[in-house]
Amino acid sequence: MSAYSVTEPSRASKSVAAVLVVVYAIITLLPLLWIISTGFKSGPDSISYPPRVLFEPSLEGYVNLFTTRTRIGAEQFAALPPPETWYDKIVRQSGTVIAGQSRFGERFMNSVIIGFGSTALSIFLGTLAAYAFSRFKVPLKDDLLFFILSTRMMPPIAVAIPIYLMYRELGLSDTHLGMILLYTAVNISLAVWLLKGFIDEIPREYEEAALIDGYTRFQAFRKVVLPQAATGIASTAIFCLIFAWNEYAFAVLLTSGKAQTAPPFIPTIIGVGGQDWPAVAAGATLFLLPVMIFTILLRKHLLRGITFGAVRK
Amino acid sequence: MAEIVIRNLRKEFGAFTAVQGSSFTIGNGEFFMLLGPSGCGKTTTLRMIAGLELPTSGEILMDGEDVSQRPASQRDIAMVFQMFALYPHMNVRRNISYPLVSQGVPRAQVQAKVAEVARILGITDILEKPVGGLSGGDRQRVALGRAIVRNPKAFMMDEPLGALDAEFREHMAEELRALHDRMGATTVYVTHDQLEAMQMGDKIVVMNHGVVEQFGTPQDIYDHPATLFVADFIGSPSMNFLRFQGAVRAGDTSVNLGGVTIAMSEVQQEASPRDLVLGVRPEHVTLSDSGPYRGRILASEYLGTSQIITLDCAHGVVKARAPSGQVVRSGDTVGLSFRAGTLALFDAASGRAFRTAANAAVQHG
Repeated sequence: MSAYSVTEPSRASKSVAAVLVVVYAIITLLPLLWIISTGFKSGPDSISYPPRVLFEPSLEGYVNLFTTRTRIGAEQFAALPPPETWYDKIVRQSGTVIAGQSRFGERFMNSVIIGFGSTALSIFLGTLAAYAFSRFKVPLKDDLLFFILSTRMMPPIAVAIPIYLMYRELGLSDTHLGMILLYTAVNISLAVWLLKGFIDEIPREYEEAALIDGYTRFQAFRKVVLPQAATGIASTAIFCLIFAWNEYAFAVLLTSGKAQTAPPFIPTIIGVGGQDWPAVAAGATLFLLPVMIFTILLRKHLLRGITFGAVRK
Repeated sequence: MAEIVIRNLRKEFGAFTAVQGSSFTIGNGEFFMLLGPSGCGKTTTLRMIAGLELPTSGEILMDGEDVSQRPASQRDIAMVFQMFALYPHMNVRRNISYPLVSQGVPRAQVQAKVAEVARILGITDILEKPVGGLSGGDRQRVALGRAIVRNPKAFMMDEPLGALDAEFREHMAEELRALHDRMGATTVYVTHDQLEAMQMGDKIVVMNHGVVEQFGTPQDIYDHPATLFVADFIGSPSMNFLRFQGAVRAGDTSVNLGGVTIAMSEVQQEASPRDLVLGVRPEHVTLSDSGPYRGRILASEYLGTSQIITLDCAHGVVKARAPSGQVVRSGDTVGLSFRAGTLALFDAASGRAFRTAANAAVQHG
């Protein structure tokens, strides 16, 4: 091995690192790119072998995602007036007509309500609890913190059956409130622990200065601590949202009609008229967007957040 | 502005007693120093006066009113923290105006007041800057601005110069003292730096292990330390301690140090034979060939205007401050004489000074 500098990596090691990063990025992003491109393929293109990298883009998948279609007799089909809209036209090409709206929009909205709702609730409760644990003399503090963390020591699905029975008794099955409470219960330990770390890092002097300046404890918390915990709150919110957004098992088990989220719905698209991969891919693509947008919006906080505050500015 | 009276103030943290039974009075408009080594309870005392800690027992009277159990926000005091604690998400103007906003002062009045404070402190040109990029001195001024903007009853300062570099600290200390003289506000100032305390304070409380060792003016504390701890802590180099055994009788005007009679102020207390300590400041030791008490010169440190000569004597090492022109040679044996009126006599076991004609007027803490 040649001599190396402790402070500055050599050109060779820099290029090796760059190649590794690029290769790794391609490997991780490839499935994503494949899903996004499949969403714009026609049905035959999506299942052709060898797979097509270059194809004529089509919105068939997206139209199918949002509609239900039906096949009608040849005479009836011929007797139809010319298609009025671009999506009518796309549907007619495969010999079907639009029968109505699919439930994707509704399921997607459920995901938004439940995902963001539980994230907001987790952050709200988590911040208050973390602040109390960080600043006040709480009896049995360490035991309580361990107890809170212990809720994550088993896979949440291990308690699926008790929760199912409990929810049925309480009338929380298949309700938005039920799902928000469930995801909040799972996320709250993560939120408390992460946020406590961030709040511990904020010097107490800031609040003490505010107390002396004539503010109450709660005002000091709201006006001095919260703005400074923004980084931690943002990154914790992203982690909570990602869990609640992607959660599949409980959603399958506890929701069916009213409160079903997108993850259990998307696979069912396959069954509606053959294997409609473009529609599935279109659903998956749209499903990715909110978390992606949320993460991009909070990106500048996240970078410091995922180091868990280990790096001081 | 206010007079602050501290009575039997005590603070326990579980089994640890941070402050035990402090009592002293901070006069109206005084610049008052809480001095002591780290962990001595001075910051805890300050925080109790400020209302950031509630005392376990005892009273804090502000203008005669007991405030010891009131929260900080109801005590009408201002505080400057060691790390300044400027709100990092606000610019300089908002930092300074924040205490006024909490009181619901009308906006026009806030603007006028902030402008006035900024002018006094010379920070008008940085009002719109974020606090993050400010120099240590400017941060200090902003922290002071936030404290004085409200005309509080008293100022608390917790080692406010501790975060500054040495050169700038000197300058800021002068600025702070000038500001105090101009405003005449009661100020309680915590420091571990005895020079800072002597330089700036009207009164000093010296604390150690949660106990008030002495309370008085800088001159009294320097010239007539009440305990061995104070004698050792104040002054650089610190007081020389000559350890010997003997009895003390009221009316004595000298002590016998290994057969040599050393004159001192008239002792006003009695004590049976025991371990005693004679304390003498280095500047009160003079070298003279004829002196009956002898010592061998170990070394000398040149300090410009003076020099510190270290001597080995029969009762311990003695440091003498001598004019830098005086020629001394290591290894020589010389005579020492002590200025009688300045000597202090301590009981080695209790650490307390005996009352003499010289220190009788000084209040013991």
